[in-house]
Amino acid sequence: MNNIRKNRIKDQAFKYWGIACTLLGLVLLAIFIGNILIDGIMRIDWDFIVNLPSRKAERSGIYTALMGSIWVLLLTTLIALPVGIAAAIYLEEYNKKNKLSTILEVNISNLAGVPSVIYGLLGLEVFVRIMEMGSSVLAGSFTLALLILPIVIVSTREALKAVPKSVRDASFAMGASKWQTVYHQLLPASFGGILTGVILALSRAVGETAPLIVIGALAYVPFAPSSAMDEFSVLPIQIFNWITRPQHGFVENAAAAIIILLLITFVMNGIAVYFRNKWQKKFK
Amino acid sequence: MIKKKKKQDSIIDSSLKRKYKLQAKNVKVWYGDFLAIKGVSMDIKPNKITAFIGPSGCGKSTFLRLFNRMNDYVDSFRMEGEINIDGDNIYDKDINVELLRKQVGMVFQKPNPFPKSIYENVAYGLKIQGIKDKKFLQERVEESLKQVGLWNEVEDDLNKSALALSGGQQQRLCIARTLAVEPSIILMDEPTSALDPISTAKIEDLIYQLKEKYTIVIVTHNMQQASRISDSTAFFYMGDLIEYDKTNKLFTNPEKEQTENYITGRFG
Ligand SMILES: Nc1ncnc2c1ncn2[C@@H]1O[C@H](COP(=O)(O)OP(=O)(O)OP(=O)(O)O)[C@@H](O)[C@H]1O
Ligand SMILES: [Mg+2]
Repeated sequence: MNNIRKNRIKDQAFKYWGIACTLLGLVLLAIFIGNILIDGIMRIDWDFIVNLPSRKAERSGIYTALMGSIWVLLLTTLIALPVGIAAAIYLEEYNKKNKLSTILEVNISNLAGVPSVIYGLLGLEVFVRIMEMGSSVLAGSFTLALLILPIVIVSTREALKAVPKSVRDASFAMGASKWQTVYHQLLPASFGGILTGVILALSRAVGETAPLIVIGALAYVPFAPSSAMDEFSVLPIQIFNWITRPQHGFVENAAAAIIILLLITFVMNGIAVYFRNKWQKKFK
Repeated sequence: MIKKKKKQDSIIDSSLKRKYKLQAKNVKVWYGDFLAIKGVSMDIKPNKITAFIGPSGCGKSTFLRLFNRMNDYVDSFRMEGEINIDGDNIYDKDINVELLRKQVGMVFQKPNPFPKSIYENVAYGLKIQGIKDKKFLQERVEESLKQVGLWNEVEDDLNKSALALSGGQQQRLCIARTLAVEPSIILMDEPTSALDPISTAKIEDLIYQLKEKYTIVIVTHNMQQASRISDSTAFFYMGDLIEYDKTNKLFTNPEKEQTENYITGRFG
């Protein structure tokens, strides 16, 4: 057997191994989604969305948790977006490369790998206790904002990096200042990429449970939050709460709520993919 | 013009210094430890086209980019000596780099229009100066596009993306963008090396016309181009200025053997 044939066989083998691995993931996901759909799809109706939680499974709805999730999502965006984008612009466009900046950069990447529970502990200490926000939507949003900040920063930097150097050169050569270049050229050109990163980060935030439990988000709230200082629950906590109940009705509720949560994340990811594709075409 | 202070009197004393538009005085440039320009002095007269030639890596771009301080963005860049424009040292502390670049335009090797509309590309330089007058902007855009002979081709497509233009059109757009802010000097770093022969001819014609109003410095690897359009030519080799003379003289009767070897292609 000569080398070329050997290589071809290896090549083929790897290809099928790759297909098998990809399929394994997809099949498992399909089984999971199928199961959830069978358990929960019949439970979803308008009442399920707008009903408050109740002791009776068939009268329970996700309204408070859904509203809590939406509140948290919006506030987290408002906090994480300006801070994350500003930090990324600073690191990418202003910061001179030196030892300190390298340390800073490595640590930001490391922060993205810190378990989310740790962020919960940080939030509990800083926001809930020291800043006396209590277990409010605001405290939860600050905590999740910290959690996704590294992701927002890293992906914004990637998007800025993807803008060709020639655009910066052209802008500077026209007499634009650094800020004008960032504002008029780099941000518009990297908008799609930044948005993709932000949406992916937020779709992670919407599924987070642990840090919110740590800061004291409740499993049962009778009302949807009406201000940033209100107590709150979110969908994943509601799901967790229902799943731990023995009655079958609640398991059905949990499955139905999971479907809604999945729907939200899929839609968010879909939007992200859409913007990424649109944006990739820009420089071709 | 480019100094923050003394805006008024620079017009007065500039007339005295008009003999040379650009001057380099014993300029040395380092990238880290690497000495890329080894002490070059050069005077460039106004309304002339000056060509920089020399083998790849000899420092033509580095030297060219000194005149609008584009090397400032290279972290390891360091320089010694003086670069004067109209008699002002542009590396002085009180120089406003943004104003400097409005006076010294640059055209790059690869056409690099902004990923924006044709109109926005040409209006950019004026807009960042804070000019908002729509009518004025439109006039300047039209005028600049006419100057580069692009107006007839894009008149109806001003709001279309500049990236949809052909390479040659893009490069002329980049020149128009530079002209729109009315600089007095235009630096060009191999502006036609990425273009087809017809686009190249168009741009050469254009450059030739532009010298009436502008001082032009052009880097080129194309000997014919240098001899066709330039008044003076500077031959660089390994960071040194080997020979600088009237183009005619340099190409027909060079003083230095190295120059002769290079222009006749017997190099290396
Ligand atoms: N940013 C940089 N960092 C380090 N070294 C550089 C940098 N830019 C250029 N150099 C070095 O400086 C020398 C001169 O480069 P320069 O780009 O000025 O040459 P050039 O004459 O324009 O060449 P070409 O004809 O290939 O464009 C080269 O040896 C190059 O490797
Ligand atoms: Mg070069």
